[in-house]
Amino acid sequence: MLWEVDIFAAPDQPDVIGKDTAADAKDLGLSEDLQLEFARGYLIEGNLTQEQIETATTRLLADMVVERPVIMQVQMGADTSCSRSGKVVYVLPKPGVTDTVADNAKKAMRDFQIEADAVRTFKKYWIQGATDDETKRLAQKLLANDAVEQTVFGALPFDHLQFGTPYKFSLVLVGIRAMSDGELEALSKKGQLFLSLTEMRTIKDYFVKLDRDPTDIELETIAQTWSEHCSHKTLAGRISYSGPEGNLTFNNMLKETIFAATVQVRKNLGPLDFCVSVFSDNAGVVTFDKEYNVCFKVETHNHPSALEPYGGANTGIGGVIRDPMGTGMGAKPICNTDVFCFAPPEFESSDLFAGVLHPKRVIKGVVAGVRDYGNRMGIPTVNGAVYFDRRYLGNPLVYCGNVGLIPVDQSFKHPQSGDYIVAMGGRTGRDGIHGATFSSAELTSESETLSGGAVQIGNAITEKMMLDVLLEARDRGLYNAVTDCGAGGFSSAVGEMGEKIGAEVNLDAIPVKYEGLSYTECWISEAQERMVFSVPKDKWPELKALAESEDVETVILGEFKPTGRLLLLYEGNTVADLDMEFMHNGRPPVVRQAVYQTEAVTQLVPVDAAALPGLTVTAATNEPGDVLLAIVSSLNVASKHWVIRQYDHEVQGGSVIKPLVGVQCDGPGDAAVLRPRVSSRRGLVISCGMNPHYGDYDTGCMTASAIDEAVRNAVAVGANPATLAILDNFCWGNTDKPEVLGSLVHSALVCRELAVGFGIPFVSGKDSLNNEFRPKEEGFRDHPISIPPSLLISAMGQVDDVKNCVTMDLKEAGNLLYQIGETKNELGGSHYSLVNCLRGGQTPTVDIDTARRTFYAVHQAINESLVRSVHDMSEGGLAVCAAEMAFAGGLGAKLWLEHLPVASANEKNNLPLAIPDVDDELAQDVVRLFSESNSRFLVEVPIDCSRQFEKIFAEANVPLYQVGKVAEAPELVATSNDERTVLRLPTATIKAAWLKAFDFGGEYK
Amino acid sequence: MKPNVLILRAPGTNCDIETAYAFELAGATTKRIHINRLLENSALTDEFQILCLPGGFSYGDDIAAGRVLANQVRHHLSNAIHRFRDAGKLILGICNGFQILIKSGILLADDAQGAGATLAWNRSGMYTDRWVNLTVTGDKCVFLRNIQSMYLPIAHAEGKFIGRNDAVVDQLEHEGRLVLKYRHDENPNGAMRDVAGLCDETGRVFGLMPHPERHIDRTQHPRWTRDLRVHTDDPATAGDGMAVFKNAVEYFA
Repeated sequence: MLWEVDIFAAPDQPDVIGKDTAADAKDLGLSEDLQLEFARGYLIEGNLTQEQIETATTRLLADMVVERPVIMQVQMGADTSCSRSGKVVYVLPKPGVTDTVADNAKKAMRDFQIEADAVRTFKKYWIQGATDDETKRLAQKLLANDAVEQTVFGALPFDHLQFGTPYKFSLVLVGIRAMSDGELEALSKKGQLFLSLTEMRTIKDYFVKLDRDPTDIELETIAQTWSEHCSHKTLAGRISYSGPEGNLTFNNMLKETIFAATVQVRKNLGPLDFCVSVFSDNAGVVTFDKEYNVCFKVETHNHPSALEPYGGANTGIGGVIRDPMGTGMGAKPICNTDVFCFAPPEFESSDLFAGVLHPKRVIKGVVAGVRDYGNRMGIPTVNGAVYFDRRYLGNPLVYCGNVGLIPVDQSFKHPQSGDYIVAMGGRTGRDGIHGATFSSAELTSESETLSGGAVQIGNAITEKMMLDVLLEARDRGLYNAVTDCGAGGFSSAVGEMGEKIGAEVNLDAIPVKYEGLSYTECWISEAQERMVFSVPKDKWPELKALAESEDVETVILGEFKPTGRLLLLYEGNTVADLDMEFMHNGRPPVVRQAVYQTEAVTQLVPVDAAALPGLTVTAATNEPGDVLLAIVSSLNVASKHWVIRQYDHEVQGGSVIKPLVGVQCDGPGDAAVLRPRVSSRRGLVISCGMNPHYGDYDTGCMTASAIDEAVRNAVAVGANPATLAILDNFCWGNTDKPEVLGSLVHSALVCRELAVGFGIPFVSGKDSLNNEFRPKEEGFRDHPISIPPSLLISAMGQVDDVKNCVTMDLKEAGNLLYQIGETKNELGGSHYSLVNCLRGGQTPTVDIDTARRTFYAVHQAINESLVRSVHDMSEGGLAVCAAEMAFAGGLGAKLWLEHLPVASANEKNNLPLAIPDVDDELAQDVVRLFSESNSRFLVEVPIDCSRQFEKIFAEANVPLYQVGKVAEAPELVATSNDERTVLRLPTATIKAAWLKAFDFGGEYK
Repeated sequence: MKPNVLILRAPGTNCDIETAYAFELAGATTKRIHINRLLENSALTDEFQILCLPGGFSYGDDIAAGRVLANQVRHHLSNAIHRFRDAGKLILGICNGFQILIKSGILLADDAQGAGATLAWNRSGMYTDRWVNLTVTGDKCVFLRNIQSMYLPIAHAEGKFIGRNDAVVDQLEHEGRLVLKYRHDENPNGAMRDVAGLCDETGRVFGLMPHPERHIDRTQHPRWTRDLRVHTDDPATAGDGMAVFKNAVEYFA
C-alpha cells in the first residue's frame, strides 16, 4: 500500500516557497502572472492503516502549529489535487538519489511502532495561469533538475516505491587486444574513460604482453588512476613552451615551477621553515603552535555544479572537508572558504543555450549547496569571493576550501602491510560514477544526459558522524593511515594508500545503498562521505565498536599485502589483478606544446560593451562620482552580504574578524581571523586573491596581482608575512590548445617568481582544465565558450595574539589617512576601464622587492598598535577603498589627491598618461583614484602615532603618502590642486548602491 | 559545589565543544555524551546537575529542525528529563537545543489540542547569521538573573517563535515565561512578540535561539576592534553570553 501525505502551510501562515517560486518564474521570464501553491510531502509504502499514517503525520511529519496535512492513498489515476485548482506537478528525487529526510522519517516512525517498507519525499506544486507548455518549461527550468529529480505531471504513475533487483555476478572482459586505433578511441569515448589514443595503446600493449584481455573493472581502474583529475597529467607532464621568458622545456611543469618555488623558499627560510608536509598529502600542512599544525586544501567542483548547482556545490564542499580529514592521521576541520565565478544573474532566458541552466538558478543553487553542507558540518565559512563574467555561463566555477587543525605528532600516515583495509561512512550507490574521468572532459549540451550519474547529493550529517568517530579513533590510536574517497572512489583511495604495498579487496564486502550494483560500480562509485583506513588487526574490534556506538557503518574491505599488486575479488572470483607499478607509473607521458604572447600595451581605447564580458554596470558619465557609483554597483565589487549571511561564520566559537565588519556589521573585511583553539590567543588568518579580468591582458599580471592581493588581504588584518602560506587553483580552458596552455605556463612561472621573491611557499594546489562549453546551436557549434584564465590564490596566515588584529572600518574623526605604496598608471583591466567601456592600458604589475618590504612594514605598524584601520586597495583603487572604509565606519573621509605622485607603469611601457574623453589634469586624478596598482594599503593613523608610523616606512624605504583624514561628516570628498573638488558623495549614497547590487532578498522581507 | 554539566550530543550536533568550554570557563565540569548512551541508560543523567542541549543540526534537521531528536526524547527520555527537572536541576537548550526542547514538549507540555507553540521557518525563508540586541524581561529564569540585556549572534533557519494562537502566548506572557526578546526593530525572523527565548514554569528549563557561547570572549564581538581597550589587557571584558553560564554555575554555589 502506498500513502501520500501533502503538507501545506496553515491558512494563517505564508506559503513562502510558493510565493518565492512564482517570483523566480517571473524573474526568469518564464511566466508573468502565475499563481503557485506549494506542499512538501512524503510517500510512505507499507502495510499501514490510515490511523497509523495519521499518527505519523500529526506527531512527526507535520508541525501542526503552522502546517496542515492531507493524507491520501495512492491509486493509479486517482485525484490527488487535494481540492486545489491548477495543474499538479510532483518533483521527486530519482530512485537512488540521496534522500536523508525520507531515511530519517522512516527510522523515526519506528518509535510509533510504524514499520514502513519505504519512504520518499517530494515537492508538489499547483500551478494556475500557465499553459501545458509553460508548465513543462517551468518544471524543467525551475522546479526540477533532470540530473537528480524526476517530474510527474498530474497523478503519480506508480503505486509502489521499491526498486533495484539483486545483482548476479558475471565477469566482463573487454577484448582490447584485437582492437584497432579507431576502436580504441571509440571505447575510450563510449565507455567514458576519456583517455587519449596513446594511453589506450599503452593499455593494449600491457595486456598483449600479459596475454589476456582486461576485465571492465581493470580498464576503469586504470582510466581513473590516469585521469586528469587524479594524475594532473597535463600540468605535471612534458611541455615545450615558448613565451616572453623565451623557449623552455619542462619534464614536469608543476614540479619545476610551483613545487620548485616551495623548495627554494624553504631553503631560504632555513631554521624558520614552517612547512611540514607540502604537495604530498591530501592538504598542505604547516606549523601552527607547539602542539598543533594546520592544513589547507582548496578544490574545485565545476562540472558537477554546472549540471546540478546544489548537488555539485554541496559535494564540492563536502569533498574538500574530507581532504583535511584525510590528511596525516586526520585533521579537525576548522573553517571553510568558497569562491564562485558566475555569469551575471540578469540574463535573458531566451539567450541561453540548450543544456545551460540560468545563471540565477546556478547562483542560488551553488550558494545553498555550500550553505547546507558547511552549516550542518558545524564548520564556519569565513572567507570567499564572487566574480562575474559572461564566459562562466555554461561553466561556472566553484572553489571550496577547508582548513584543518592536526596534532603535531599525527601529521603523517603510515599504511602497513598486514593491516585491514577498512571503509567507513556512507554506503555506496550508483551516484558519481565516472566523476573523475568526467571532470576531465569538456561540457556539451548533452553532458547532462551522458554524465548525469556523475552528479551527487551529499549528506553532511553522515560526514559529521564519521568525523566524530574519526577524531576519537585517531586519539585512541586505532589506525595507521586514513584517506578520503574522492574522485575515483575506493579505486583511488585504496590504490593510493596501497601504492607502495599492494592490496587485496573483496568487493562484495562494500555496503550498498540498494541492490543491483555490479562489482565495477561498487569499485568506481564516487558516492560521498566515505573514507578508507589502514587498521591493525588487533585494533579492529575497538574501532568497530566505537563506530557502531555512534551508528557509523564500518566494514573490512580487504587487506594490504606486500605483493605490489591490486587484487580485486567478487564472491571469491578474481575480477582484477593489476601491477601497482603499471597503474601508478605506466601512463605514457603527455607531451604538449605551449605558446604565450602578451598583447603589446596600448593606450586606453573605447570599445563596444559587448567586447567586455566582465562588464555588469556602465557608468552614467565619466565624472569620478558617477564612476565610483558604477564601480561599487558592479557585481564583482558589490557587497556579498546575501551570500555571507547564509553561512554560519561563527560556529566553533573562535571567530575574531568576521567577513562583515564595522559599525553596522556590513563593511567588507579584508580577511577572516579565527582562534582555532578557543583556549589560546593565537589566530589563523584566511584570505584570497583573484582577478580574472587581468588575465585577458596578461596572465602574468593576473597571477602577480592575485598573489599580491591574497597576501595584502592577510597582512591588512594582522597576519605575519613570515608565516604565510599560499595555495594555487588553476581553472583554465582547453589546454590542448597551445595558446591556452601557454597562458597557464606563463602564470605558473610568475607563481614561482613571486613565491620565491616574497618568501611565501605554495603548500598545496589543484587544477581544473578543459573548462569550456560547446553549444550545439547552429553557428556556435564550432565556437566553444572558454572561461577566462582563472587563478585563485588562497592564503593562510597567523597572528601571535589576536588582540593586535585590525579591521578596515574607519574608527575616529580627526585621524590621518596614509596611502602605503605607489600609484602607477595601471588602468588596464581595471574596473574604471570596465564601467567606462575601455580596453587597453597597462594591467597592474608587482614590484616584488618593494611589495615584500611593504608587507613587513605594514605588519610592524600593526603590531606596534600605530594604526586604527587598514584596508587593501584592489578593484576600484583608492576611491573604492576609502569609500568602503568610510561607510563601514559610519564616518567620512577627505582625500588630498595632490599629495599623491603618479608613477608611470613600468620602464618598458612608459606610456604618456591619456584617458579618452578626460582632460589631462583630471586624468592624473582619475589614476590616483581608480588605478588598481598592487601592494597598496590605505591606513588610519591617530595623529599622535604619526611620527612613529612614518619612521617605520622611511626606514623600510616604502613609499608613504599622507593622503587625507577621517571626517565626522559622512561623505567622501576628494580634492586636488588648488582645492579643486574632484569627487564629493554622501557615503550613504555609495553604501546603498554597494549593498543593493547583488541581493536576491530574503532578509526582512 | 562545582556543578557537573551533561552536554548532550547527537548526530549533527556541532556546538558541543565551545558550549562545554563556556561552562568550564564559568567554573563547571562538563562531559559530552552521545544520545545513544542516554538511550541505553537514562540513569546516566543522575551524576549531573545541568543538562545542556547545544546547537547544531541534530539528524540534519530532517523533517523539521530538532524534530527527530525531539521524537527520541519524547519516546525514550521524557521521564528521565522530567525527573531531572523535578530534582531542582537546570536544563538549557541553545538554538537546536531550544528547537528540541520545544518540540519534545519539555519546555511547553502539549494540551488537548497538541503543541502550544513551535519554532518555524524564518520569515525570510532563509538561514541567517547576524548579531542582535536582546532584552531580558522579568526575573523568572535562573539563567538570566541580573541580566538586563545582551548582544549575541543568531544563526538559524527555523527560529520563528509562533504560538498556536494568541491565548497560548498571552498565557505564557502572563506567567512571565517569555523571558528573552529581540529588540523590536531587530526581530530577525518574525517571531511572535519578538520572542528569542522561553522558560518553563519553574524557570529552570530555558531555551533560546541566540548563541551565548559565541560571545564569551571580547574578540567575538563583531565590533571589538572599535573599542580602544583592544590594546590593553583589561580582564573585565568577557562577552555578554558569559553571564548565562555563570548564572547556571552559581545557582549551585
